[in-house]
Amino acid sequence: MNRATRFYQAAIGKKAVMGITGLIGIGFVIGHMAGNLLVFRGPDAMNAYAHFLKSTGELLWIVRLVLITAVVLHVIAAWQLTLQNRAARPVGYVDRKPQVTTFASKTMRWGGVILLLFIVLHILHFTTGTLRPSGFFDEADVYGNVIASFRIWWVTLFYVIAMIALGLHLYHGAWSSVRSLGYAQPSKDPLHRRIALGIAVVVWLGFTAIPVAVFAGLIA
Amino acid sequence: MNLKLRVWRQADARAAGKMVEYDAPDVSPDMSFLEMLDVVNERLTEDGQDPIAFDHDCREGICGSCSLMINGTAHGPMKGTATCQLHMRSFKDGDLINVEPWRAKAFPVIRDLVVDRSAFDRIIGAGGYITAATGGAQDANSLLIPKVDADASMDAAACIGCGACVAACPNASASLFTAAKVSHLGHLPQGQPERYRRVLSMVSQMELEDFGGCTLYGECQEACPKEISIDNISTMNRDYIMAGVGS
Repeated sequence: MNRATRFYQAAIGKKAVMGITGLIGIGFVIGHMAGNLLVFRGPDAMNAYAHFLKSTGELLWIVRLVLITAVVLHVIAAWQLTLQNRAARPVGYVDRKPQVTTFASKTMRWGGVILLLFIVLHILHFTTGTLRPSGFFDEADVYGNVIASFRIWWVTLFYVIAMIALGLHLYHGAWSSVRSLGYAQPSKDPLHRRIALGIAVVVWLGFTAIPVAVFAGLIA
Repeated sequence: MNLKLRVWRQADARAAGKMVEYDAPDVSPDMSFLEMLDVVNERLTEDGQDPIAFDHDCREGICGSCSLMINGTAHGPMKGTATCQLHMRSFKDGDLINVEPWRAKAFPVIRDLVVDRSAFDRIIGAGGYITAATGGAQDANSLLIPKVDADASMDAAACIGCGACVAACPNASASLFTAAKVSHLGHLPQGQPERYRRVLSMVSQMELEDFGGCTLYGECQEACPKEISIDNISTMNRDYIMAGVGS
């Protein structure tokens, strides 16, 4: 058996893959959120930024390939770990009371499924324009696409729900990825995760502000 | 105080089990949980019934023999306490107490509340020791170890191998146990030559035993009667990754 196979066969190996791909995802969502906030500076700033991203050509595709690969590996490892973890306790308890399990850690699997569905729909919605809930889509007018879409209540609601799932996923993931990769500093209270909380709140607020502001008529 | 127990009864490894209700009258609050079970068993024996089988040995919290999921928490409601050191004053008169065995594929039930924890022995057998015969103890301070490392090592070495971490983990993962054993040697100079070989062997064995993986719920640390920190799991993961990447 070669070394990479042996490494990956252990749950720790799969968690290392989840940790690295997760950190790539965290880096991406922070950048993506910062870029999206340009919507508050008006159509010119937003559309110029979108145009700049498109103009990078091959570089854009390299980034896209890295992100797609990260998502695929993250999902495969999560799937395999879930099967292994479920099989590890074939007979459950009549009475089991979790003491410190957070809502975020409990919802990593289902929250992850929601996020995967969201990623697919989001790309079909804003990148390819395949889904046009408002009927309007202009590749050169990203700002216009955003405004037209989030005037529809159920589009806004879907995005708001998906961003709650993202915030929770980050609250557990931004902390646990570092621990899975073995880079946690010894701590008096290892369950505390201030940095992860900060990342989760900032990303959640940043992304949620946009559909909510459009729907409320604060940007038009 | 008068209590009601609901206890998992199972005749042998292959039999189907079920929760059975028992009365536990006149329980003294000064009894340990195991002494309370002894009294219940005495009565069952006098009535010609099979006593409840449960593991125990030292009854002073250091051997790791006792177990029991008590009202849904491993080793019961007291933090940092094994079942043998849990006293009945932690309960109220009239309480109904659920008593179950550890549940994991790697810990099959042998009878009633007794499970087979030899998977842990095999993890230790895979590398949880130093192979060189070192003779008698050497003179104190002939091998200087920084205080921080000595403390970290001792904290990890406090693990008594009871299996509460596996029992409390939603994934039935043995990560905290294996990590404690990996890192108590990993923090000492004597553990260095075999450090990376050790983590690879012990982690491989842990996988072979059908334990789940760590998803950092943190339940193991909370359930551990020796309050061993999940920081050790991070140390184990780092060593495992280093061993996989390095030579």
